[in-house]
Amino acid sequence: MSLQVSDLRVHYRTLKGDVRALDGVSFDLADGEILGLVGESGCGKSTLGKALIRMDGRMRRTGGTVALDGEELPIDDDRRMNDFRFRRVSLIPQYAMSALNPTRKIRRLVAELLRSRGAAVDPAELESRMAHVGLPPAVLDRYPIELSGGMRQRMVMVISTLLDPSLLIADEVTSALDVSTQKAVARALLGFRDSGYVKSMIFITHDLALTHHIADTIMVMYAGRLAEKAPADVIVKAPRHPYTRLLLDSLPEVGVRYADRRLDGIAGSPPSLLDPPAGCRFRDRCPLAGEECGEDPPVTELAPDHHVACWKA
Amino acid sequence: MLRLDDVTKRFRIGALGGRSLTAVSDVSFEVAPGEVVSLIGESGSGKSTIGRMILGLQPITSGTITFDGRPVRQGKEFYRGVQGIFQDPFSSFNPVFKADRVFAMVKDAYFPSVPGPEWAARVEDALRDVRLNPGQVLGKYPHQLSGGQLQRLLIARALLLEIRLLVADEITSMLDASTRIEVLNLLAELKSRGLGVLYITHDLSLGTYLAERTIVLRRGSVVEMGPTGQVFGGPLHPYTRELLAAVPRLHQPWDDATPVDTCAYHLNGGTGVLAEAGSGHFVACARLSTCQ
Repeated sequence: MSLQVSDLRVHYRTLKGDVRALDGVSFDLADGEILGLVGESGCGKSTLGKALIRMDGRMRRTGGTVALDGEELPIDDDRRMNDFRFRRVSLIPQYAMSALNPTRKIRRLVAELLRSRGAAVDPAELESRMAHVGLPPAVLDRYPIELSGGMRQRMVMVISTLLDPSLLIADEVTSALDVSTQKAVARALLGFRDSGYVKSMIFITHDLALTHHIADTIMVMYAGRLAEKAPADVIVKAPRHPYTRLLLDSLPEVGVRYADRRLDGIAGSPPSLLDPPAGCRFRDRCPLAGEECGEDPPVTELAPDHHVACWKA
Repeated sequence: MLRLDDVTKRFRIGALGGRSLTAVSDVSFEVAPGEVVSLIGESGSGKSTIGRMILGLQPITSGTITFDGRPVRQGKEFYRGVQGIFQDPFSSFNPVFKADRVFAMVKDAYFPSVPGPEWAARVEDALRDVRLNPGQVLGKYPHQLSGGQLQRLLIARALLLEIRLLVADEITSMLDASTRIEVLNLLAELKSRGLGVLYITHDLSLGTYLAERTIVLRRGSVVEMGPTGQVFGGPLHPYTRELLAAVPRLHQPWDDATPVDTCAYHLNGGTGVLAEAGSGHFVACARLSTCQ
């Protein structure tokens, strides 16, 4: 088991009180597994990603534990986490396209970065990994501004995984890319896992269709909690949580026309996490909601590896 | 209603503007009332530049853009009929103005003679048209509203002007899946009331959902355009095929479109001349006759 998260609670401190961005999330990630994390904005998916590598000043863990390869991660100790960052847990940030120092050529940038972590560059290995994502070695002698957005993104991917981290967090890495570049980047991520550059991966996105193509397991989050987690095919073909179903129904696909089939969004909006209501947080928008939904639905395993938090499932 | 003829845009680049970059070259198309035309292309294809030129925000290098037969020119008269909405609703609003002030500014600029109570009723009607509860959004600052609400407020503001053409540049790309489709359904309703929409996007599935006609741009040129069903049902240009193959779909594996190796587009990156391949279906492929 590569990663074990149990009952993790992370709150944001604000002037008005704590925003419960992550409110008791538990899941496991197996070796070699790619977990797709999907949900609407504000559901806590990025907070989860950040909590696993670097909590910013406003974030505070109020409960729960995270263990990586059997060792507990000191996620709220910024200094002790430094031993894990980059080597054991690494990140491809959402802003990967602008993450490279504009004043350094790529070769020097990589060398400096590795030196700061007490590691040295193996030029052959670096070039072979770059070839893996379709970057020629000549890229090393260019400035970031001379590369296209997709190339910079792929360069950051190579750099992030140079030390073979156990867990890679990819936060919305494809959302700013064109469809064809997006496909290449997604394929490259799969290749990283298959070549063993990274052991397991959390792929955070709002794009269900894309996640379905690269993730083994998909976890759907809603308002700081887990709604449903199951193998990717099961989520897409036989979802049990009403939120997952509505989300899938609202996705336009190529070929679906308004004139032929009208898609519907999900009316309403998620509850405020400043002081979330008791019970199921989806209940106000849920067509199936009933009386029992006033109580928190427990996460139950309906079938092997299929976890759902819903009374009606 | 809106007509573009051989529109070209060149930007001067380099330190002293010595070099030039052709962002849009010889683009021609029309948008009729009650028609949604989607303009699809990847980054750098010139799709937003076309939108900005239609809105008069950027001068045209050559060619003409006319609205109701008159050339596009900045000014009240023009903006009463044509409005643009852009990708980021958060930066479209002045953060220190409450939502009602945004509407009050429209009144001051365009309808100074309308009495207050009547204006308030119009604002409420427009808000209901975009499925917003006036009580929930008026009196709020932009940061208190969600992206979907803000984007709908912008549409409501455009509706108050009784516009006939909306240039929608990536208006749903910052929205969540569940609200995105509501904005699209809203556009579809407005369309049935006669609003023409130029829907600019890089997302092929969103483009096909609404549009009667689709225009695929590549490096500033139109490579394929025609009725949406034909362009996406039977794409003729290899670039359109590639784009379609790259879209992730839920119930299908990603197919590997093997690039046609005898294709002129792949050999020299050039495109052919736009030629009619079916009724209203135009393709710029030098090898159209042999590829089919």
